[in-house]
Amino acid sequence: MIRIEPREAPSRLMTLGIPVLSALIALALAAIPLAFAGAPIAAAYREMVKGVLGSTFAISETLTRATPLIFTGLAAALAFRARLWNIGAEGQLYLGAMAAVAIGTGAIEAPAIVLIPLIILAGTAAGAAGMAVPTVLKSRFGADEVVTTLLLNFIILIFLQMMLEGPLKDPMGLGWPQSPPILDQGMLPPLMDRMRVHSGLIIALVAAGVAQFMLMRSVWGFRLRAVGENAAAARHAGIRVNRTMMSVAVVSGALAGMAGVSEVAGLKGYLTADLSPGFGYTGIVVAMLAGLSPVGVVISALFIASVFVGADSMSRAMGVSSYLADLVVSMSLLCVLIGGFSARYRIVRTRAIEAGSA
Amino acid sequence: MTQKQVLSLKGLSKRFGPVVANDGVDLALYEGEVLALLGENGAGKTTLMNMLFGHYMPDAGTIEVADAEGVLHPLPLGHPQAALAAGIGMVHQHFTLAETLSALDNIVLGTEPLFRLRRDRAAARAKIERIMRHTGLTAQLDVPVGRMSVGERQRVEILKALYRDARILVLDEPTAVLTPQEADTLFDNIGAMTRQGLSVIFISHKLREVLAFSHRIAVLRHGVKVGEIATGDADERVIARMMVGADTPETPRETLEIGPPVLTLENVSVVGRSKRDSLAAVSLTVHRHEILGIAGVSGNGQSALAGLLSGLTRPSSGRMVVDHIEITRFQPRTMIREGVGRIPEDRHRDGIVGAMSVAENMVIERLDDPEVQKRGLLRRDAISANADRLAADYDVRGPGVNAPARLLSGGNIQKLILARVFEQNPKLILANQPTRGLDLGASAEVARRLLEARARGAGIVLISEDLDEVLSLADRIMVIHDGALREARTRDREEIGLMMAGEMA
Repeated sequence: MIRIEPREAPSRLMTLGIPVLSALIALALAAIPLAFAGAPIAAAYREMVKGVLGSTFAISETLTRATPLIFTGLAAALAFRARLWNIGAEGQLYLGAMAAVAIGTGAIEAPAIVLIPLIILAGTAAGAAGMAVPTVLKSRFGADEVVTTLLLNFIILIFLQMMLEGPLKDPMGLGWPQSPPILDQGMLPPLMDRMRVHSGLIIALVAAGVAQFMLMRSVWGFRLRAVGENAAAARHAGIRVNRTMMSVAVVSGALAGMAGVSEVAGLKGYLTADLSPGFGYTGIVVAMLAGLSPVGVVISALFIASVFVGADSMSRAMGVSSYLADLVVSMSLLCVLIGGFSARYRIVRTRAIEAGSA
Repeated sequence: MTQKQVLSLKGLSKRFGPVVANDGVDLALYEGEVLALLGENGAGKTTLMNMLFGHYMPDAGTIEVADAEGVLHPLPLGHPQAALAAGIGMVHQHFTLAETLSALDNIVLGTEPLFRLRRDRAAARAKIERIMRHTGLTAQLDVPVGRMSVGERQRVEILKALYRDARILVLDEPTAVLTPQEADTLFDNIGAMTRQGLSVIFISHKLREVLAFSHRIAVLRHGVKVGEIATGDADERVIARMMVGADTPETPRETLEIGPPVLTLENVSVVGRSKRDSLAAVSLTVHRHEILGIAGVSGNGQSALAGLLSGLTRPSSGRMVVDHIEITRFQPRTMIREGVGRIPEDRHRDGIVGAMSVAENMVIERLDDPEVQKRGLLRRDAISANADRLAADYDVRGPGVNAPARLLSGGNIQKLILARVFEQNPKLILANQPTRGLDLGASAEVARRLLEARARGAGIVLISEDLDEVLSLADRIMVIHDGALREARTRDREEIGLMMAGEMA
């Protein structure tokens, strides 16, 4: 017979080691589908590592891919810490991107020092508004934010398509549903010559540091943690639960919106409806992998980005499907969930009851 | 009483990490005997019973249970199924009944094969009715448990154990939720059961009932059995000394001149979701230097009254005045600002954020205080200095002020809450079941702090289901029944008990 018992106190080594171990196990498990795809496994892993770290270009690509994931990961981590289930980072990302494009493509003529902050402000405000609405619905009417934020993603995506066929459509775009390009002085400056990695990464790292500091050291973070860990006790202690939720929603939405700003004004330059290959959803995985720690989000975003970039270049080199990357990401999430469970519980084998012992 | 042994625990030990919960405990139980198991919270009573019932695997030791012929057999350890099969039944403090099912369904639940198309309830009903006749335990078998009183639910729990042919019944603090009259009935039933040959282990904190109803008393302290005594040879003083290792300090209680009113409720009604959390035009006044005791059986409106004073519940009509200020915004922060200290009933749910540190929990009610924060940032040094000081002053013991509060024992969690509340010198204190589940030492500490606050000039509303506690602490007693409050003009247990049952106009 098998029984599950809680462990008394998960050790520090375990809480830190288990996510790492889970990620490694997930990578190792990727060998199975690789073998099925008929690729030589050692060579495939070598290609993967080369694609992630093998050159300045590879590193730049990995960091570029990690940037939006840090933002959406932070958006999920902060919200989830307060038990506010923001599944809508994908939609908020597009709201941020739309606002960035609305401001940055010529509506306002200003030097970079003014225009870039304006674009960021507009994008984060749009993302924040996108999360504020479901949060008001939640606190006023009890509408489940999992459902509302998730469904809003699709509404926003359709709204985006409408805008790209209408007011935001580039008249010079040869009929493609895409926005005009953001002015040069509105673009986030690149970090390296001829590389795609841009200063959005710096903003993301600063955001993670600030989030970590605010969460642990500020009164706001105190309230957030208290509401998330035990809303009843927080309310009893005079903390305004709804107001705290609202502030978390605004910050979470703003971070997701910033992901959109960073992608459109840091990388692509113009907005299309396929700006994000699911960065909003992947952000949830990033946050879970990080144990909802803002600093951890940076590390797990780098890991997930490496998996995507690595699997991408491997699939090109080896001729196997790049969906393998999705598989590895999913497996690492599963491994981490199982790992987190095994950190808190242990499985005990007990001998079966002898017949007739009664 | 026959001296046929039915249960023998030998050398049972259990450690949780560095904590020794039980260390070489021996215990014997004889047929037809009521054994009271006493001990402070954290003394290891529950761990011991959980090992007996197979929930925990002992690190060392053996358990032997007699079969129907009286021959002792070793019990496979760590198997609840084996314990059940060997005739051990347990009634927990928190009932494990499905509220929408009838008593009969609840009793039979789990004993029937899963895949059978027809259910034969006649035999089950006959068996239960036979048990009820023999023991005097009565329950309405066809009524959903959700509509039953707490006492009747408890009888259903006991019937459930007896239906499974329990010969050894463990009752965990069975009278905590009962009126004195219901408790007396329970003890009559236990008497009848033991005359049928059943053996009972009952865990309690209430010395009075232990002395009145048990045959033998075993006392645990720090996981070790420190004494065993025939009830006839014991008195309260002897047992208390065994439990805490010293004489319990009598709570000194000075007579005080009552001060001006600090809380007035005028015809306050609360419309709750059910009758259990409603109040019907309640009026009361609490003065400075006064403890008002609210006695009553749980679920008669105490939670509405407590919610009102905590700021969690808003009244549908009536006025509430705290120290000359009429309360219009019913929010916890308003009450905190007006100097109301609140000790919640469910300290785990409402009192602490378990995942946050002891130090953080000590300042959670005053996050706007410049001593705690500066420009929105936590003053961590001040917070931990405050925690060190309060932990020392209020004797909060545990793995340190930076450890999560959930690691504290129940008594220490309560001390944390006391420290948080009393440090703010509240004018008015709501103490809702402040000693429930606490050991003697921690209970005495709560009583001492309440009396100290009273001496300092606070008015106190003490809501308690423990009539002994109300009688010993309160200056004035009101009884709550069905959402209505009535002044008790007597301190007679019997009379107040009848008022609690709603039997007197």
